[in-house]
Amino acid sequence: MKYIDEFRDGDVARKIAARIAAEVDPARSYSFMEFCGGHTHAISRYGIAELLPANVRLIHGPGCPVCVLPIGRIDHALTLALERNVIVCTYGDTMRVPASGGMSLIKAKARGGDIRMVYSAADALRIAQENPQREVVFFAIGFETTTPPTALVIRDAHARHVDNFSVLCCHVLTPAAIAHILESPEVREDGTVPLDGFVGPAHVSIVIGSDPYVAAAEKYRKPVVIAGFEPLDVMQAILMLVRQVNQGRCVVENEFTRAVSPCGNLTAQALMAEVFEMRPTFEWRGLGEVANSALRIRPAYAQFDAERRYDLAYKPVPDNKACECGAILRGVKRPSECKIFGTVCTPENPMGSCMVSSEGACAAHYSYGRFKDIAVIAA
Amino acid sequence: MCLAIPVQIVEVLADQQAVIELSGIRKEISTALLDDVQVGDYVILHVGYAIGKLDTDEALRTLELFGELSAAQDADAVAT
Repeated sequence: MKYIDEFRDGDVARKIAARIAAEVDPARSYSFMEFCGGHTHAISRYGIAELLPANVRLIHGPGCPVCVLPIGRIDHALTLALERNVIVCTYGDTMRVPASGGMSLIKAKARGGDIRMVYSAADALRIAQENPQREVVFFAIGFETTTPPTALVIRDAHARHVDNFSVLCCHVLTPAAIAHILESPEVREDGTVPLDGFVGPAHVSIVIGSDPYVAAAEKYRKPVVIAGFEPLDVMQAILMLVRQVNQGRCVVENEFTRAVSPCGNLTAQALMAEVFEMRPTFEWRGLGEVANSALRIRPAYAQFDAERRYDLAYKPVPDNKACECGAILRGVKRPSECKIFGTVCTPENPMGSCMVSSEGACAAHYSYGRFKDIAVIAA
Repeated sequence: MCLAIPVQIVEVLADQQAVIELSGIRKEISTALLDDVQVGDYVILHVGYAIGKLDTDEALRTLELFGELSAAQDADAVAT
């Protein structure tokens, strides 16, 4: 595929790896967080960590919207499907996320809940138009990449008077999460998560641009390099981060210039601002309550807000005690440090959210890396 | 979740819709998040919507940057 395959060339990757090895200072270590699940997936799938010198470590960040979706929000969608006779439309990623009482959307579907997997927000609106006698809710999750399509369908539903349609809005914001990690005690005080810089979001940045990261880079003195999701993009971004650290610079650089500009997609931003407003606070799985980190539907579009329409009050629900997703999402633990990783908790039967999406740190490590730390014993 | 792919516009339709092609597969998508699209443009497709354009000149420049880096690496290898 054009503009994909060229960015997956193994020979070039090894050359960038040699350049990184030549430029790192052997007297120090480098720890970079890849914020996005897309990067986490690429790093595991293409064996990027194995191409890096031993003193360059990658820490998985919380940028997988499925992973950070707390149980209480999925419970809302379950309530609508099982108790309010609503057709719940959702992206496939949310179907297997564990919710209260051992439930998930896919189990609720097996129990007769009318839950439909959709590819696009537009499909959810079409289902509402095809079923005027039923109420239809689109369970909308995702970062800024996925938010503009939700804004568009809300505006379209308003314009076309699709009164049986509403949206359960769980859209979250990237810069707020990055700032939250940089403010966390693990990073600021006790140093359990050493952090020398960020591999910055790819597709989120197409929408919001590279400018929103400038404040964090300056305030917290951490370099950010925005990178595409292909393996060469990630390798090049790591090289750029190593150079910034070596030179004592802390600025936002853009490796993904083929798609990301400083100001981003202004049309999409204007649309988001028209339909959504900031929530004062929102619970993230693993991070807890984070101020100004998520969006809700503006009062002008209140009739399309499922939370208001069905009077849903948010109730936080603690995660499974054995599950280490919270610590993994904060970069404090690695998937292999969780007791139930790969035994009780697998992609087929996930206990924690990080095992659900292919972008989750646990699912990525399970799929591509779980045997690599095990010594091979010849028979 | 943020999965998105570069695809080429092969036909611009009414109501901010367009047909794209990817490895022989054609699909109708929405271009409502972009101000202007033309046949031949590469766009980044996410959940049925083009969320941005792909700048093909910049893509080549990035690939050249990798190439220069490879050349530098080869030069180092010769020098050592």
